[in-house]
Amino acid sequence: MSRAAHLAAALLTLLAPAAQAETVAIVGGRLHTLGEAGKIDNGTLLMRDGHIVAAGRDVPVPEDARRIEAAGKVITPGLFDAHSYIGIIEISLVAETNDSAQIGNHFAAAFDVADAVNPRSSLIPVNRIEGVTRVASAPVSVIPPPGTFARGQMISGRGAVIHLGSGDDYLVRRGAAIFAELGEHGALLAGGSRAAALTRLSEALEDAKDFARNRASFESNERRAYAIGRLDLEALQDVLDKDVPLVLHVNRASDISAALRLAGRHDIEIVVRGGAEAWLVAAELAAARVPVVLNPLDNLPARFETLAATLENAARLHRAGVMVAFASGDSHNARNLKQAAGNAVAHGMPHEAALAALTINPARIYGIEDSFGTLEAGKDADVVIWSGDPLELATFAEQVFIRGIAVPMVSRATLLRDRYLDLDAELPAAYR
Amino acid sequence: MARSRAFIGCLLAAAAGCGQQAVDKPGEEAPPLYASTYEPLPGEPVVIENATILTGVGERIDDGVLIMRGGRIEAVGAGLEAPAGLARIDAAGKWVTPGIIDNHSHLGVYPSPQVAAVADGNEVSDPNTAQVWAEHAVWPQDPGFAAALAGGVTTLQILPGSANLFGGRSVVVKNVPARTVQEMKFPGAPHGLKMACGENPKRIYGVERLVAPGTRMGNVAGYRQAWMKAKDYMAAQEAFDSGAADEAPEHDLQLETLAGVLRGEILVHNHCYRADEMAVMLDVAREFGYRIASFHHAVEAYKVADLLAESGTCAAMWADWWGFKLEAFDAVRENIAMVDKAGACAIVHSDSDTGIQRLNQEAAKAMAAAQRSGIEVDRAGAMRWLSLNPARSLGIDTQTGSLEAGKMADVVVWDGDPFSVYTKAEKVFIDGALVFDRADTARQPVSDFELGLVSLDGGAPL
Repeated sequence: MSRAAHLAAALLTLLAPAAQAETVAIVGGRLHTLGEAGKIDNGTLLMRDGHIVAAGRDVPVPEDARRIEAAGKVITPGLFDAHSYIGIIEISLVAETNDSAQIGNHFAAAFDVADAVNPRSSLIPVNRIEGVTRVASAPVSVIPPPGTFARGQMISGRGAVIHLGSGDDYLVRRGAAIFAELGEHGALLAGGSRAAALTRLSEALEDAKDFARNRASFESNERRAYAIGRLDLEALQDVLDKDVPLVLHVNRASDISAALRLAGRHDIEIVVRGGAEAWLVAAELAAARVPVVLNPLDNLPARFETLAATLENAARLHRAGVMVAFASGDSHNARNLKQAAGNAVAHGMPHEAALAALTINPARIYGIEDSFGTLEAGKDADVVIWSGDPLELATFAEQVFIRGIAVPMVSRATLLRDRYLDLDAELPAAYR
Repeated sequence: MARSRAFIGCLLAAAAGCGQQAVDKPGEEAPPLYASTYEPLPGEPVVIENATILTGVGERIDDGVLIMRGGRIEAVGAGLEAPAGLARIDAAGKWVTPGIIDNHSHLGVYPSPQVAAVADGNEVSDPNTAQVWAEHAVWPQDPGFAAALAGGVTTLQILPGSANLFGGRSVVVKNVPARTVQEMKFPGAPHGLKMACGENPKRIYGVERLVAPGTRMGNVAGYRQAWMKAKDYMAAQEAFDSGAADEAPEHDLQLETLAGVLRGEILVHNHCYRADEMAVMLDVAREFGYRIASFHHAVEAYKVADLLAESGTCAAMWADWWGFKLEAFDAVRENIAMVDKAGACAIVHSDSDTGIQRLNQEAAKAMAAAQRSGIEVDRAGAMRWLSLNPARSLGIDTQTGSLEAGKMADVVVWDGDPFSVYTKAEKVFIDGALVFDRADTARQPVSDFELGLVSLDGGAPL
């Protein structure tokens, strides 16, 4: 096929209406189920109607199934970036394309990024063709350089789990967590002290509790003033009801301990995001069953709150029994999370645990473990066929399925590559 | 006047180790100003045996031998007879490469911790700050140096940031623990001049401060006007020197740097993402008769790889960074290999205190992507992106950057294939001295800054 024909085919695939979930049998590969069955060599995975029907050694292949020979290949669930801005930031420094934060103090907990998600973002194909099929898109709370787009909130808002497949039902779980800042950044937003940040967060949670008990008097304006607005009080109910976790951005060991005390006092579930020094308080985290979402590559004393950062953070936490999930904070390159995971393995984390940190663990954190994160019957068929060890640098995703649909293995970047592979062509690249 | 002129000349030559100069007391020699005082750490002759060696010039030697003596590479090859009496390293199953060279780092000027107190990388006071020198701000206690060393980085260029059209002079250092930047300076390496295209200068000046440049037009006008002034300055100097003019031009540190570029003493390192801007900058360079040693962050280099090859300009690239700004939107994973394939000088750079720790992995990703796309490149070829090509861009390729007899013994022993995510640098040698050993904590440098900060309270040791 000529390049033009290739391109046409690729474009057609890109532009075609959402494909149907097929019945597919992937036969002969090594299955990392991430479930009770563990690793299965020479296994078969069968998917139908967007779900996994079976994954095991002796799975019969129905006649109507498309059969994919996968001897020598490795099959895993789709990867899950546990803290992302996919869908809400296209180009970070182009303000018009950045919906990750809101300026001013209109909302905090009630700010919901789900309403801004663009399922046609160019970040989605770039990352899904390298195996990322789910992300938790979260509001951003950063102090941006002067002149740029936004300023974050201490309670930055509600995040959503989205899938990176096609279709308009991209929201897997709206409001899957509420995100907030403590530590250095929280202190800055609260007026310059960690103590102030903790007090303000406590105050918000207490007000939300009071609001829930006294809605009627609030509506009739007979209740004391609250520190946060009505929509924020409402949004925090999910946290107070333990339906969703409060994801707290904390790095310093003492900040993590303070976060754990706050969680205990208010009887809420929290997740530690950042956690550069989490290994120092691993026993506390394990006892409180609090998971940590971290970047395994954070190893520098880049801030005073990360003085004890180490490449062994993930391994030490895992060893202590803490649930770990991976996120890099660079969603344009969520595809590189597997590299980060590989480095965690190089620094002591068991390979299978690193895979769990990319799949089932984030699914548990965001409450979608019943439908995602393992290769087990009944789960959504988010499945990746890898050319080899998924964490190795030379390995690539040969085919990615999201909810049973084989995604077109092209992105804007692969199209750009193809049109410039031959600089000597007669006509300008724009015609290729 | 003439004496002061000699002083300025000495400033310009400082990077290369300034010679003697006028001093107050006749007969006494003052140490050269701003010169390198680098001395290799003590080392002993070493023979590394049974290694898979990537020499950095595109060659792979299986079951190879490398002999280091007197800080230099004495011999490298297969089946070499190692002289008796040398310390031996059995590198069976291990790989040996040249030390990695990062031609784009801000270690020391944007160190950890990233607080305002030590943020010294961008003199954001004027679009032209060619007068500032990165080495006057480098903090040798940046913990990032040791972290980079553990990733096999033996030499790096520390650049001013990219806020300005002309950011200032860079410094090339050997990655050794030191008290002063002079103790790190790569002996004889020329200074670089950091220039920046595109979004950063126009955003920082035009958008944030409502002063020029506010557009890419303004950027280019800013470069050209500055080069014209430099030419005038040089002409006035020459006129004074030849006696045609009575007065020398007023000393100007900024123009001294630009004149240094025009005299070929200082190498231009140009932050430039977009293909069309690189082409414009090549024309600016032609207009004023200087060469651009390398474009940095050359995200779109693949679109103009032929122009880069023609002009002999290197492109320093990330493996896959993209999308953080519009000029970084068109990144492709094959960029580095496509530039290489076109015959241009391709470099993997970091611009990152974490990325610099894993440049081998960045090259591995770029290589793998290229191979998938049908571009032929192997480990031996990709190694050039990490060592010899960056050395070339820094003007130090006759001294380091490859494992060839006579060159500096800047060498990494990896515990496996350096293109694997699981592989770590096991031993790092700089000028033949063992400066990092993963198996020996006594050979793992710890900065003053980190010392005693974390583990004194009985907590688990780092």
